[in-house]
Amino acid sequence: MENLIFNLRLIPLMPFLGAAVLMLFGRKWKRDTVLVVAAGAILLSCFVSIDAFFAQLPAEGGLVDTLWTWIAAGDLKVDLAFRMDALSGLLCLIITFIGFLIHVYASGYMEHDPDYARFFAYLNLFCGSMLVLVLGDSLPVMFVGWEGVGLCSYLLIGFWYKENANADAGKKAFITNRIGDFGFLLGMFLIYQYTGTLKFTEVAAAAGAGSPLLTLSWLGAPVAFWACLFLFIGATGKSAQIPLYVWLPDAMAGPTPVSALIHAATMVTAGVYMVARMHAVYLLSPGALAIVAGVGALTALFAAIIGFAQNDFKKVLAYSTVSQLGFMFVGVGTANFGAGVFHLYTHAFFKAGLFLCAGSIMHAMSGSGDITIMGGLRKKTPITHAVFLVCWLAICGVPIFSGFFSKDAIVAGAFATDVYGPGLEWVGKAVGVALLLAALGTAFYMSRLYFLVFSGSETRASEEIQHHIHESPGAMTGPLVVLAIGAGLGGLIGIPGGLFGHPEWNLLAHRLESVLGPELDVPKATEGAFMAVSTVIALAGIGLAYVFYGGGYREPAKKFAAAAPKFVQLVRDKFRVDELYAFLFIRPIRFISKAIYRVIDRAIIDGTVNAVGMVTGAVGSIVRRFQSGDGQGYMAWFAIGAAALVFFATRPGLIKNDLRVTTTGLSVEVDARHGGRASQQPVEYEFDFDSDGKPEITGTSSLAHHTYARPGSYKLTITAHNLTWGTTNVEHERIEVQ
Amino acid sequence: MPTHYYLVLSFVLFLIGTGGVLMRRNALIVLMGIELQLNGGNLAMLAFSRALGDEKGHVFAFLIIALAAAEAAVGLAILVGLFRGRQTVNLDEATLMKR
Repeated sequence: MENLIFNLRLIPLMPFLGAAVLMLFGRKWKRDTVLVVAAGAILLSCFVSIDAFFAQLPAEGGLVDTLWTWIAAGDLKVDLAFRMDALSGLLCLIITFIGFLIHVYASGYMEHDPDYARFFAYLNLFCGSMLVLVLGDSLPVMFVGWEGVGLCSYLLIGFWYKENANADAGKKAFITNRIGDFGFLLGMFLIYQYTGTLKFTEVAAAAGAGSPLLTLSWLGAPVAFWACLFLFIGATGKSAQIPLYVWLPDAMAGPTPVSALIHAATMVTAGVYMVARMHAVYLLSPGALAIVAGVGALTALFAAIIGFAQNDFKKVLAYSTVSQLGFMFVGVGTANFGAGVFHLYTHAFFKAGLFLCAGSIMHAMSGSGDITIMGGLRKKTPITHAVFLVCWLAICGVPIFSGFFSKDAIVAGAFATDVYGPGLEWVGKAVGVALLLAALGTAFYMSRLYFLVFSGSETRASEEIQHHIHESPGAMTGPLVVLAIGAGLGGLIGIPGGLFGHPEWNLLAHRLESVLGPELDVPKATEGAFMAVSTVIALAGIGLAYVFYGGGYREPAKKFAAAAPKFVQLVRDKFRVDELYAFLFIRPIRFISKAIYRVIDRAIIDGTVNAVGMVTGAVGSIVRRFQSGDGQGYMAWFAIGAAALVFFATRPGLIKNDLRVTTTGLSVEVDARHGGRASQQPVEYEFDFDSDGKPEITGTSSLAHHTYARPGSYKLTITAHNLTWGTTNVEHERIEVQ
Repeated sequence: MPTHYYLVLSFVLFLIGTGGVLMRRNALIVLMGIELQLNGGNLAMLAFSRALGDEKGHVFAFLIIALAAAEAAVGLAILVGLFRGRQTVNLDEATLMKR
């Protein structure tokens, strides 16, 4: 830590402090004060991150800042500790830098919102949680951040909670994420069970050959497979992959800066980060890696297709995010962890830029995000257009722009990887082909978006909206320009230098190697070939989109829509996956809940309570008559009770506890009054030792001896007659003799 | 004389007292019934004391006589209060405890 001016703990602490202060006092502050506190907290955190990032560069294995022991239970010891290495450092820089830009942008975007302070408090809380997520030194600490960002996501999606749809979208996101979180927890439990630790470095050290994760198996697969699969379920929730992606498009209900920061640049990449963090365990299980890559490729392709027919600016970008996250998962799923993280980094820039452009356009279009009424905005919003242009070229994968390098690294890696071993070699090629198709789709739908919004000479909106179209204020365009620079040139830190004989040109990869292990070795020929193929595909997608949508809706687009209306509608309805889930899961759960409500809640629980009430009432209506208010009546009952007490208290004591039975061989001695109350009244006893109705001994003595003829089990019956009261008392006792 | 003669007399006294307490309407008679019950108890105390040759029974009898005097004073005071409030000493009409 000696290289460090500040402690790592300051990085998440700053935004948390900002959030706390804003929540407590922000409501009464002026807007400028709120902004200074919120953005200042992130900026400070950004400075500390930069400082720490450069401090850790020489340190092998990164820097660790341990605050205190958080959980100590038996063998389990979890420290609240933060780790800064190349991977978490890169994420910290992305979060704090883009987070800061988006804070500035939001000051313009949310200018007129009455809940200004609440918004920035949530944003700060989110940044703090996200920083805990990436800096956490162990799975539980990461999980705290994981849940924290989920909470903030929920709060911010439902930020305008007065509209039901927004609140519902928030709930949908939260519940979907909870399903994934359950998988994350199970994975965590498995890892702890079989490695005995939850610390990343120790888990990685334990995940070698001969680890119980590999040697023990369940249902024919090693434990490592199940641990990875469960962790990946958590990742599909947080990072919006099939089957849990459905919440992300709905999450666009939140304010646009939130969509940019949380649902594009940072939070949704947490799953990718987690898989990269746990790479040592994933490498133990090629099967799990294949599932990660397969799901990623499928999601990339599927979401790209849905993107073809969406007419809402942010919805297109949302499906684009889902699709791009699929690319990242293919990266980590092909053991090409560096490339996955690289794409995470470039995507953060260009997707944040795209979303902020969307916000800027919607700002200009009086709040509407409907791209069918846009068009010709190139001249009316020149800065936004320029930024969008750069980000669009980046996401399409046009050379030099950042997305080109990262996407290419993933695609080439998919074809070159040999991590799957015998039987599964085809997986790499298959996901590679799927990604090429997805890349074509990406170029197409993004170009469709670009052409429909910016190209052409006329805007299709109403006169009134057209009248108000204007470029956004400087607080919004400033961050846009910075993001555009990042989206344009950010890829240069990851040039595949090996292609040109200078591996050291790739600034990112060999730094990440200290965390993620050796980089995937991609042959030069493969690398070069796929660079060319990627370029062709990107240009083809753009060209195709131009034919359909250049300058507005063209003939081919109209013809296609007319030729296959049902298919177009199906894609526009997002393949009706929400409806399918509603049919498969939500309706059965509703049905079961209703049944439980009727049977358990109404019939059993309410029934019991009502029955208790009714019994009490019935008893009361009888007992009520005793409360006559007549003192003499009360006294009569008292006298009866007292007489009964006296009667029972003076009966001859012959209760079971008073019997003392002693056996010696075949003979048995019974004392019927041992320890009992000595009644002065004369008592006549009958002892029937074999319960045959004929008493062996009778008399006034309570002591009796008897000798059985044969060993065995006998039943003793004692009858006591009280001569004074004329009462009779009978007791039975079992006797064993041998 | 055998002890149980005294005891039977004491029991009869107690029963007569109890009957008076439980059955008479007039509060004054009820108070008298209570005195009879107490004296039934006293007689039993003295009988046992005599049979066992133990003086403790006498001590208790004196205690009970003192208690009976106090009880009569308090009881009569309540009675006067009752009469002032309701112009009657009929216990059937004194059912305030029901409310």
